[in-house]
Amino acid sequence: MNEISKEYAVQMRGITKRFGKFTALNNVHVDIKKGTVHAILGENGAGKSTLMNVLYGLYQAEEGEIYLYGEKVNIKNPNVAIAHDIGMVHQHFMLVENFTVTQNIILGTEVTNGAGILNMKEARKKVMDIVERYGLTVDPDAKIEDISVGMQQRVEILKALYRGADILILDEPTAVLTPQEISELINIMQNLIKDGKTIIIITHKLKEIKQSANECSIIRRGEYIDTVDVENVTEEELASMMVGHQVNLVVEKDEAKPKDVVFEIKDLVVKNERNLDAVKGLNLQVRKGEIVGIAGIDGNGQKELIEAITNLTKSAAGTIKINGTEIQNTSPKYTIENKIATIHEDRHKRGLVLDFSVAENAIIENYHKEPYSKKGFLHFDKMIEQTKKLIKDYDVRPVGCENLPVRGLSGGNQQKIIVGREVSNDPDLLIAVQPTRGLDVGAIEYVHKTLVRERDKGKAILLVSLELDEVMNVADTIAVIYDGKIVSTFKQGEKDENEIGLLMAGGTNKNE
Amino acid sequence: MNKASKILKKPITSTVIAVLFGFIVAAFVLLIAGCNPIEAFGILFRSVFSKPKYVANVIIKATPIILTGVSIAFAFKVGLFNIGAEGQFVMGTVVATIVGICLDLPPVLQFPVVLLSGMVAGALFGGFVGFLKAKFGIHEVITSIMLNWIAFYFCNFIAATKTFHQPNTNGTYPINASGLDFIFNWKKSEAGREVVINNEFLREAVGKTDMNIGFIFAIAAAIIIAILLKKTTKGYELRAVGFNQYAAEFAGINVRKNIIHAMVIAGAIAGLAGALQITGVAQKISTLGAFENYGFNGMSVALIANSSPIGSIFAGLLFAALIYGGGSIQSEIGAPSEVINIMIGTIVFFVALSKVIPVLADKLEKKEVKKDA
Repeated sequence: MNEISKEYAVQMRGITKRFGKFTALNNVHVDIKKGTVHAILGENGAGKSTLMNVLYGLYQAEEGEIYLYGEKVNIKNPNVAIAHDIGMVHQHFMLVENFTVTQNIILGTEVTNGAGILNMKEARKKVMDIVERYGLTVDPDAKIEDISVGMQQRVEILKALYRGADILILDEPTAVLTPQEISELINIMQNLIKDGKTIIIITHKLKEIKQSANECSIIRRGEYIDTVDVENVTEEELASMMVGHQVNLVVEKDEAKPKDVVFEIKDLVVKNERNLDAVKGLNLQVRKGEIVGIAGIDGNGQKELIEAITNLTKSAAGTIKINGTEIQNTSPKYTIENKIATIHEDRHKRGLVLDFSVAENAIIENYHKEPYSKKGFLHFDKMIEQTKKLIKDYDVRPVGCENLPVRGLSGGNQQKIIVGREVSNDPDLLIAVQPTRGLDVGAIEYVHKTLVRERDKGKAILLVSLELDEVMNVADTIAVIYDGKIVSTFKQGEKDENEIGLLMAGGTNKNE
Repeated sequence: MNKASKILKKPITSTVIAVLFGFIVAAFVLLIAGCNPIEAFGILFRSVFSKPKYVANVIIKATPIILTGVSIAFAFKVGLFNIGAEGQFVMGTVVATIVGICLDLPPVLQFPVVLLSGMVAGALFGGFVGFLKAKFGIHEVITSIMLNWIAFYFCNFIAATKTFHQPNTNGTYPINASGLDFIFNWKKSEAGREVVINNEFLREAVGKTDMNIGFIFAIAAAIIIAILLKKTTKGYELRAVGFNQYAAEFAGINVRKNIIHAMVIAGAIAGLAGALQITGVAQKISTLGAFENYGFNGMSVALIANSSPIGSIFAGLLFAALIYGGGSIQSEIGAPSEVINIMIGTIVFFVALSKVIPVLADKLEKKEVKKDA
C-alpha cells in the first residue's frame, strides 16, 4: 500500500459498503496516480461501479477514507465531489433530450448577467474553448435527440470539464460505442491526460484497458485483488485476475446424452432499441438432453437474442426453428404454443404480475385452457389445485401462499414459482436467462438441480447467464457470445475459465 | 395479528373512516359559518330519508354517477384512467337522442335500441381512445380530455341543428315516447295512472319524480363488471395487462387488443349512463353551457368506492344523497351549501389517503409485538 501523498489524485482506503446484509465492497483500497488513465476492472456485480459511486458521493461508505491529492475529504454528496473537481460520466447518460448541446453543458452552472438572464454567447464561447483544446468535436447547437450516442458521451465529458473537473470517472464508457467511436474516445482521453487530468475508467473490456490505461485495479466480489501496470500484463493475466479462482458451486450431474437437435438458430440478425445490429448473424443448436450455456459479458446481444426467440422483438434476418417449425417474427403466444418455455431474467417485469396472487401467476400462460377455465369462466378450484402442487413440488415458502399476492414472497420463492410454472408447461426447449440472479445459495442450487433434472428427462435447455461460473458448472456445451455472434462452442471442461474469460472479452478477435 | 389492526386493514374501514372525517371537517366548516353542525346533519339526514320522494330522487340522481363510477372503477382495475367518461356519457346522450327521435319502433324494441345506441356510441368513443393508446402509445388521459370537448361541442351542434332543434327551446325535440322509460310510460297510461294515484307510496315515489328503471341497469352493470373482472378469462387478461403489460405480453396475452377492449367496455358503460339519462329523465339533449359533470362525479364515486364496481353502487348513492340533501341545509338554516362540496372533497381526499391506514395498522401491530417481547 502506498503512502498518502500529493502524487496521487485519488486514494481510497478501507472502503466498505453494505446494502442491507449484502456487502458490496469489503475493505477496498485504490491509489490513482495524477495524470494517468486508471482502469477499474471487474465482472458484473463485482462492485466497481459502487466504488466509483462512493468516490462521486452518490453512496456513503460505511467505513473507509478518501484522500484527494493527499488531503482527506468527506464526500457527502455529488455536489461536494464536483466542488473537489471530480466529474463522472454515467453509463446511462443524463441529458435533456430536447435541449441543445450547449444548453445541456451549462445546465446547473449557467452564465448569467446580474438580472439572472442567460448569457448564452459567453457560455457558448467557453464551451467552444474546451472543445478545441481537447479535440472533443461536437456541434454546440445540435439538439441531443438528433446526435449519436458517441456524441452524447462527448457532451457528458464536456459537461464535466465545463464544471472544471480534474478527475474524470467514466463508467463503462465503451459499452454503447462503435469501434470507431471507441478509438476516438481513447484519443480524447490521451489529450486529457496530457493536460494533467486524471481519468478513471470502469470497465470489463480487456482490450480497451490494454489500449488506453496506464494502471489497472482489479476488484472481484467486492474485494480488492491487485493493482497492476497495464504494460506488464497480458489480457490473459487480467482475465484470470478478474474471474478469479473462487470456490465453485459444484453442480452434480452425469454425462449428458444428447439426442436430436430440437432447436436451431441460423444467421439470426436482431436490432436493438437504437436500431443497431445487436445480434449479427448468430448460429446456435440445442439438442435434446443437453444444457447449452451461453457465456458472455452483458450487452453482447444476449438480451436481443432472447427477445427474438420469445418474439418480444422482430428478427431482421435469419431463422429460429423449434422441432422444424420456424417461429421468428410471430408472437409470444406462438412461441409458447410451440413448446418453448422461458424463465425471463427480469422476474418482476416479465416473469410475474406482482399484484396477482400466486395462483393467478401460476397459470398465466394457461388461464385460457381447460381445466383452468371453461367457456370463458375461470375455475378457481383447479387453479388452486395446480398451484398447491407447484408450491409443494418446488418447495415454495410460505406453504399455503396460493392466494397471497406474489409481491409478498421473497425473490427466491418468486423465482421458484416461475421455474415451476415454466417446467410444468412441459416444454421441448426450456430457456433460462439469468435464472439465479439475486438468489441465495440454497435457491441457486435448487434452480440448477431443476435444470439438470429436466435435462435428464430429455429436454433441451438453453441457459444464458452473465455469471461465468454458472455457465461453466451447469452447461454441457458452452457457447461464448461476443459482439452478437457465437464466437466459440465447446464441451464443458474443454476450456478453463481464463480461456473463456478471454473469449468473452473478444480476446480471440485479434488473432483472426 | 390483533383484531384492531385486522379491522383497520380492510379496505371498507378506510372508506368509512374517510367518510367520518368528511363529516368532521364539514362540522368545523359549519361551526365557522355559525351553524350548529348537529342540526345541519339532522336536516341533511331528514331531507334524504324522510319521504319516499326524497329517497326516489336520490336514487334517480345516483343512477348515472353509479354507472360512470363503474366505468371508471373498471378502467382503474385494468390499469387505465378513464377521464373520458364525461365525453362518453355525453356521446351516449346525443346518439340515444338522435336514434330516439329518428326511429319509432314498438316500445319493446325502441327502448332497448335507444339504450344500445347510446352504449355503442360510448363504446366507440372509448374504444378510439384505447386504439390510440394501443397503436401509438398516446396516453389515454390526453386523448380523453380532448375527446370530452369534442363530445361537448358535438352535443351543442346536434342541439342546434335544424333537423333536431325544437324551436323556442335550447334543445332538441324529445325522443319518441316509444323509447321512454317503462315506468314513465306506465304511469302515463290510464291503468298506471289509476294505480299511482290510489297508492300513497307510489304517488310520492313515482308520481312526483322521474323514477325510472335505470337504477336496475346500474346495479346490473356493477354486478356484471365485478363478475367479468373476477371470474372470467377476459377479466383475467384485462387485469394482467393492466397490472403488468410486460409480463402479460411475455405470457402470450395480446396487450393491444386488451387495452382496446378495456376502453370499449368502459366507454359502453358510460354511454349507457348517458342513454338512460335520456330515456329516464331528460328525454332530450339541451345546449350545454358547461359539462354536467356526470363523468367527473363518477371519478369521485370510483375513488370513494376504492375502484370496486359493487362499491360504486353505495358510493354513488352516498354522493347523490349528499348533493341532494345538501341543498336543504342551505334553504332551511342558511348554512352555505358549499359545505357539502367541502365534505365530498374531504371524503375523496381521505379515501385517496386511505393507504395510510393499513400502514398505521402495521405500526400498531409492531408496537404490540414490542410490548409482548
